[in-house]
Amino acid sequence: MKLNERSLAFYATCDSPADNSGFLYKRGERHTAYHRRWFVLKGNMLFYFEERESREPVGVIVLEGCNVELCDSAEDFAFAIRFGGTKSRTYVLAAESQAAMESWVKSLSRASFDYMRLVVRELEKQLQEMRWGLAGGCGGSQESPGAWKTKPSGLEQSRLPALPAIVPKENGCAVWNNALGAEQPPDTSGCGGHDDEGTPRPPPLPPRRRVSHEEAASAGTAVAESPSTFCRLHEQYSREVARLRQDWQQRRRGPRP
Amino acid sequence: IPPFPAVLKKRLVKLVVNFLFYFRTDEAEPIGALLLEHCRITKEEENVFSISFIEEPERKYCFECATEEQCQEWVEALKRASYEFLRRSLIFYRNEIQKMTGKDPLEQYGISEEARFQLGTHRQ
Repeated sequence: MKLNERSLAFYATCDSPADNSGFLYKRGERHTAYHRRWFVLKGNMLFYFEERESREPVGVIVLEGCNVELCDSAEDFAFAIRFGGTKSRTYVLAAESQAAMESWVKSLSRASFDYMRLVVRELEKQLQEMRWGLAGGCGGSQESPGAWKTKPSGLEQSRLPALPAIVPKENGCAVWNNALGAEQPPDTSGCGGHDDEGTPRPPPLPPRRRVSHEEAASAGTAVAESPSTFCRLHEQYSREVARLRQDWQQRRRGPRP
Repeated sequence: IPPFPAVLKKRLVKLVVNFLFYFRTDEAEPIGALLLEHCRITKEEENVFSISFIEEPERKYCFECATEEQCQEWVEALKRASYEFLRRSLIFYRNEIQKMTGKDPLEQYGISEEARFQLGTHRQ
């Protein structure tokens, strides 16, 4: 399968900061001999070079839909990057110390695009809730921390290309978009820095109690008001629902003679 | 949806994370893929957009879509498709939330110290 290798090599060697780098031993595919290589992790790409000074990577491992785990090996500090699927290979690597191994396992486990997207969506949601005052004394949604620390397994392989159109700007969002453009460092790629932030937003979630909620509400409602704010919102919603129901029923009955 | 300069060929194109895969329409395995980092997505004439890469800016991969609407959707989707874009978004949101609450939203997930979430350049 063809790849734009020059672009890959550029990404591997350009100035952008690496998320991890160092020497690791990599077990060969056919033979069990380990080769010492210089590894550079950028985003969801794990590049490896013959030497630290090499100008081009020898290879790359795309870290989507994989599991990173410790493994039994004659080699000390060994760990594996395991992909699902019958045709997929397991990459066995070994670090030079316990600390290095732990650092690599941690950074590789969280390297996927999917994981990053998950975190971004969560923060986006939090920010949204804060601006709409929902998180305000009522607490926002709480995903269990466990869900965050484990890697999402598997990847939606056939994501359809047509993402829904840009969400119409609301008060909060318009500010973000401008700010996003203003605060970003100059973007050489021209890719994305000034655009509307991404994925379509789901409708606002009903307030759910946050387990360890201590955050000051941005909307100005004090934390101590927690039950009464919720009640107030509950009341607002119920009034709205009642009103909608009334409208609908009237429409059903039809015009009065 | 065809790509590539000079000759227009009909291809099935799939965006998966930060890769744009392309297939011959009747095949299950992709012919190739483009990594979408450090690239520029440009709207060209009607129904057409192009992708070019920073290390070779004159070379444009052109795509003609069936409709202008589809073209716009692709442009928007591709602009947001890079890992680096996601990273910048995350840093932005993190910063915003921290400004509003005085707390780092990543702390509760135990990932505040991760190199990839840090503001500014970080060198290993």
